[in-house]
Amino acid sequence: MAINFDKAFGVHQHTMLIRSKRAEVLSSNIANADTPNYKAKDIDFAQMMKKAQGQQSQGQMYITHERHFKIPSVGQSDTLYTVPNQPDTGDGNTVDVQLERNKFIENSMEYQASVNFLGGKIRGLKKALSGQ
Amino acid sequence: MSLYNVFNIAGTGMSAQSVRLNTTASNIANANTVSSSVDETYRARHPVFAAELTKAATEQQGESVGVAVKGIVESDDPLKIEYSPNHPMADKDGYIYKPNVNVMEEMANMISASRTYQTNVQVADAAKSMLQKTISLGQR
Repeated sequence: MAINFDKAFGVHQHTMLIRSKRAEVLSSNIANADTPNYKAKDIDFAQMMKKAQGQQSQGQMYITHERHFKIPSVGQSDTLYTVPNQPDTGDGNTVDVQLERNKFIENSMEYQASVNFLGGKIRGLKKALSGQ
Repeated sequence: MSLYNVFNIAGTGMSAQSVRLNTTASNIANANTVSSSVDETYRARHPVFAAELTKAATEQQGESVGVAVKGIVESDDPLKIEYSPNHPMADKDGYIYKPNVNVMEEMANMISASRTYQTNVQVADAAKSMLQKTISLGQR
C-alpha cells in the first residue's frame, strides 16, 4: 500500500495555506492603519476551506479550452472588505488596529495548531516507515 | 509563500511610521523657532500615507498591500505672529513669526505613530515564529 501524502495530511495542509494568506491580509491592514481611504480586508475562511476541500476530492481542474471558466485556486480571491464597527473616522479608513491585532494573533495561534497537527502526522508516518 | 510577504508589509508599515515619527520630532523641535519673515518661518510637516500599489498590475490586485509615504506636506495653517519689538529677530515693524506647529496635535501623532510601529514589529515577530515552527516541521 502506497503512502498517499494528500490523504495522510488531510485538511491541515490547506488550513496552513489559508492561514498564511490570512496573516498576509491582516498584516496589510495593520500596516495601513493610518492610510486615508484604506478599507480593511479579511478572508472568508469557511469559503476558502470549502473550495480547498472540493479541489482535494475532485482533483485540480485545468483550463484546456478558451471557453472554460477560470476557477480561482486557494490563496486567490475571497478577500472581502470587513464591515466597520464604527462610523467613518473622518479619513475613510476602516481599520480597527486593536481588532486586527487580535485577529492576527488568533490567526497565528491557529496556524501553529495546524503546524502541530501536521507535525504529528509526519511523526506518525516516520514511525510507520522506520517500523519501530 | 505569503508569510514572507508579511515581513515586507510590516516593514513598509514600520518605515512609514518612522517617517511620521521623524516629522513629528522635527515639528516639536522647531515649535518655538522664531524668524523675522513669513517665508523663512518653519511650517509643520506631515507625511501623506497611501496604500502601496506596486502589486496592482499583477493578479493579486487588492489583496494585500503595504503602505508608502506619498510625500511630506507643509501645513497651511496661519503662522503665529507676535508683536515683540525687543526681540533680536523682530522685523522692522517689531513683529516675530512663530511656526504653526500644534504641539498637542504632535504629541497625539507621536503616540499614534509609536503604537502603530510597535504593532508592526509584533506582526513581524509573530510571522517569524510562525515561519520558524514551519521550518522545523516534522524534525522531531
